[in-house]
Amino acid sequence: MSGSKKEILVTGFGGQGIVLLGKILGAAAALGDHKESTLIQAYGPESRGGACSAQVMIGDGVIHYPYVRRPDVLAAMSQAGFEKYIDLAKDDTVLLVDQDLVKPKGQAQEVFAVPATRLAEEMGKKMMANIIMLGFIVAVSRVVTNEAARSAVTSSVPKGTEDANLAAYDKGHDFGLAVLKGREKKMAAQG
Amino acid sequence: MPPVVLTGEHYMTGDEAIAEGAIAAGCRFFGGYPITPATEVAERMAHRLPGVGGVFIQMEDEIAAMASIIGASCAGVKAMTSTSGPGFSLMMENLGLAAITETPCVVVNVQRAGPSTGLPTQGAQGDMMQARWGSHGDYSLIALAPSTAQEAFHETIRAFNLAEKYRVPVLVMTDEVVGHMSERVVIPEASKLNVIERVKARGRKDRYRPFEPGENGVPPMAAAGEGYCVHVTGLTHDERGYPVMTAECQESMQTRLFAKIERNLDDIALTRGFFLDDAEIVLVSYGVSVRTCRAAMEEARALGYKVGLLQLLTVWPFPEEAVRALAGRVKAFITVEINLGQISLEVERLAAGLAPCFLAGHCGGTLISPDAVVEAVKRALKPGGKQ
Repeated sequence: MSGSKKEILVTGFGGQGIVLLGKILGAAAALGDHKESTLIQAYGPESRGGACSAQVMIGDGVIHYPYVRRPDVLAAMSQAGFEKYIDLAKDDTVLLVDQDLVKPKGQAQEVFAVPATRLAEEMGKKMMANIIMLGFIVAVSRVVTNEAARSAVTSSVPKGTEDANLAAYDKGHDFGLAVLKGREKKMAAQG
Repeated sequence: MPPVVLTGEHYMTGDEAIAEGAIAAGCRFFGGYPITPATEVAERMAHRLPGVGGVFIQMEDEIAAMASIIGASCAGVKAMTSTSGPGFSLMMENLGLAAITETPCVVVNVQRAGPSTGLPTQGAQGDMMQARWGSHGDYSLIALAPSTAQEAFHETIRAFNLAEKYRVPVLVMTDEVVGHMSERVVIPEASKLNVIERVKARGRKDRYRPFEPGENGVPPMAAAGEGYCVHVTGLTHDERGYPVMTAECQESMQTRLFAKIERNLDDIALTRGFFLDDAEIVLVSYGVSVRTCRAAMEEARALGYKVGLLQLLTVWPFPEEAVRALAGRVKAFITVEINLGQISLEVERLAAGLAPCFLAGHCGGTLISPDAVVEAVKRALKPGGKQ
């Protein structure tokens, strides 16, 4: 896949807010960063409990074909979703997981882990685990800018919940930045 | 209350864009029945219409939904319904009623894979021939096929304009993928949108003949209740609207109903060409499969194949001249559509033996992959190539 186009696959259970996460990511790219983007949402019985996914394409040029073929970013919030899509991953696919819900099995790629659901529970907002994951994805993969993502969160969540959602987003984003920093230190120590 | 026209940049689905296009075009009545994957059109209309002085009614079924928009339109209001395969089948009888009574209306079909209940949540383009021939008897109508959410917005406005201008039912034949996919939609200011109103009845009310053709063969239309004497029937009728059971009346009525569309193909049958100037292989496509074609065309051109694309924004009446004009100078046509061969038959008919015709299609449930189209291009270029 060319460098200017990013294929992002987010997967989890129906009810976790996977589609909303995808919609915020796509809207951030299209409206905030002024790039092209499409969102395909999993639709059907699975969006109310089974495996669920959101496919987001982000590019500088017009996105013609909206289906993810080889994801540049694969984020999983369920083991079933992870296992269903991991075979699509490339050598350089950025893998992100909710570490309490997904146990990767010997992938060659580096896995970026965040306890999104646990952090959300600690904030008293379990339903905002998706927004924490969104912040984490943005910090680690940089597929959209932080500003665009925050603005899209504000305009996409129910009125009156903006501040709580932004707090959840920032939590995930900060966690992502800390993970990257720790990784840099580790690499420097090894280097 | 949100404004009538949501000027600005939005990230919305094709279904939502259809609803916004309808509102911007002046649609103020929606009668429908929910069905996947068209429900979001109805949902958005239910949410939006009360705020702009319109009426939303959930009818008891799709037969009634189609009847309701004919009634609303006869009362002088721009009207729309939306559905998918099973509901589209139920609408067929009254679609013919709209055609013979020359009632402007817009029917959206967000196609899913069939037959019957099929794959309710997955896309296809299997209703294209039904769109043209689904109601009984000879008739003509207009069908458009948007490929993006942005086109869904603009093509819905065009659907209303054509419906009002020619007094015909106009179909917006989209599909699950365009319907449910979110993309950027830029909605212009209301003053920048071209919105056409039907030609209204004028002059002495006692002299009005509701089916007397005006310009373009289209009769000016009086709304029920304006004081004009209006008689509307599904029977073959004369210019007064009264039933006349003769072959002569049938012929004069039908000739005019067909002619008002056929004589205005330049205005109705829109296409868009991509890289047609040097194309040896021309992909012919519409709706969501245009996206596959544009991706495949880029990949094929990178491999050195001279591939072009003819996008049918209007599918019915079929843009005959666009295909005919290419037939003499291309090596092959490949029709790309999510069915087992429907519009491909029209392409074959127009190519009339001047160019070999192939189909890149399948029976629905997912998009056609760009790889499959690139492979079809390679096969079409092989001597004696068969698919």
